[in-house]
Amino acid sequence: MNATVASTTGSAPDGLSLRDVLRHPTIAIGGSIMLIMIAAALLAPWLGTVDPQSLSGARRLKPPSTDIWFGGDMVGRDVYSRTVYGARISLMVGLSVAAISITIGLTIGLLAGFVRWVDAIVMRVMDGLMAIPSILLAVALIALTGASVANVILAITLSEVPRVSRLVRSTVLSLKERPFVEAAIVVGTPFPALLWRHILPNTLAPLLVQGSYIFAAAVLTEAALSFIGAGTPPEVPSWGNMISDGRLVFQIAPHLVIFPGVALALTVLAVNMIGDGLRDVLDPNFRAR
Amino acid sequence: MYALRRVLAIIPVIVVVALVVFSLLYFSPGDPALVLAGESATPAEIERIRGALGLDRPYLVRLTEWSFGVLKGDFGQSMFFGRSVAELMLQRAMPTLWLSLLAMVFALALALPLGIIAAWQAGRAPDRVAMGFAVLGYSMPVFVLGYLLIFCFSVWLGWLPVQGYKPPSDGLWPFLSHLILPALTLGVVYAALIARITRSAMLEVLQQDYMRTARAKGLGLWSMLLGHALKNAAIPIMTIVGIGFGSVISGVVVTETVFNIPGIGRLTVDAILRRDYPVIQGVVLVLSGVYVLINLLVDLSYGLFDPRVKY
Repeated sequence: MNATVASTTGSAPDGLSLRDVLRHPTIAIGGSIMLIMIAAALLAPWLGTVDPQSLSGARRLKPPSTDIWFGGDMVGRDVYSRTVYGARISLMVGLSVAAISITIGLTIGLLAGFVRWVDAIVMRVMDGLMAIPSILLAVALIALTGASVANVILAITLSEVPRVSRLVRSTVLSLKERPFVEAAIVVGTPFPALLWRHILPNTLAPLLVQGSYIFAAAVLTEAALSFIGAGTPPEVPSWGNMISDGRLVFQIAPHLVIFPGVALALTVLAVNMIGDGLRDVLDPNFRAR
Repeated sequence: MYALRRVLAIIPVIVVVALVVFSLLYFSPGDPALVLAGESATPAEIERIRGALGLDRPYLVRLTEWSFGVLKGDFGQSMFFGRSVAELMLQRAMPTLWLSLLAMVFALALALPLGIIAAWQAGRAPDRVAMGFAVLGYSMPVFVLGYLLIFCFSVWLGWLPVQGYKPPSDGLWPFLSHLILPALTLGVVYAALIARITRSAMLEVLQQDYMRTARAKGLGLWSMLLGHALKNAAIPIMTIVGIGFGSVISGVVVTETVFNIPGIGRLTVDAILRRDYPVIQGVVLVLSGVYVLINLLVDLSYGLFDPRVKY
């Protein structure tokens, strides 16, 4: 981390402590909201929830009250329990897509940055993939593989990989021009050491920022896919599915859309705030953008 | 030369898109012949339908045939409607075109002033408020925003119709009143993207020496911001208008479902539910083509804003 900050700022402050990062206002706010969401996802069974699939005639289309906090849906499931359990799906999709697309994108980007023929071929394919709007690419993939949480993750990952590859590739290309990398090459640093010591640490900051935006985009795309019926299977309590179920009766039972909708928007907002904050903290050059 | 190279550069992109789109659906496990034949069909009947649809031929044959068809504007037959995909898409194109056009107008009308004011007041309250709205804007799921707007303006206030679409031939107000909320919904995410880039591009220009000169020679605030700064900040703004259009295309699919608009987006969603492959192929290919074309136009327009860009 120290190397990252020092090399991107030029005038090197002696690195950045975790406290500096946590003190940044948008990171602090976004991070707090995320902590609540993560806690909800992990502790779902102990937060006064019932089985999110259980039906009860007494709850059917009931508005929110002190007994049924978020009300009941049209088949009598508990909206509060489903909203809390929904955090699991959204966070899992966001985290998985961010982790997998960064791993794959990093590999492709490094290869493209160093190997010419890979660059020529692979980047053309990446350009092509990027030309397909992300929801449409996911829709086509889901039509191919069928609806499941794993396939949703795979489909969204495929549309994010090109963006990561491009970022890494351009970072590598500009690093190769930098004196410290040229010097390392001249003194005969073995390639793995060059990668590990000089290239990778400098891709970390942009990837961390990009990773949080990918997380946010993945949560949004999963919800949108589920909403149009091409996402997680209908019985899964995901926020997108809940809103999709509620849309036919939203005029008489708005709570079916509002609670999962607010949870969804808050989560995405929190992750985007963390991303913006990280961008500010990690690289002052980004700040103007 | 630049223009020619830029135009030629889209060919590999389109080829990859076509290849991806065709392959994805070619390898789909669901059997459309089974869907079309119905539950009581015998295996022989299903085989006959597969033959009639040409589903039993090898990959390369179908790919070649499909590609040549596409070049002639023939996207195949819908499996569900029994009509040509091109015809279906044309029939659904107008609502989508109007919707995205109006969304773009809203987005620019919202984003440019917000971005300019934020840059001018950088670090102060107006900047924070404007950028707060921007973060909120692109964190808000399109469909949640859509339902919120319907609640406010249609259910509570009763000013605008809840859902549906009316063509312009039904009169200006019925047409517009049905389109305002969906276009606003769709425009907000787009506006948030554009506002952020407008702010940062303007900030960069405002720090230039010639801006200080402009101020020193007594140029008015607005002619300084709009005439000098905005014009020089135009290239990054145009770029995000092009790239961000992808979010409009993705948003169209969702927005048309929320507002029940019979456009390309609805066609896509219906096609997914029916596994109507040729329609899905056609829509993904055409919309991606539109996206590539818009970004090409954006790149070519740089010369309008910056005479140093040579073609």
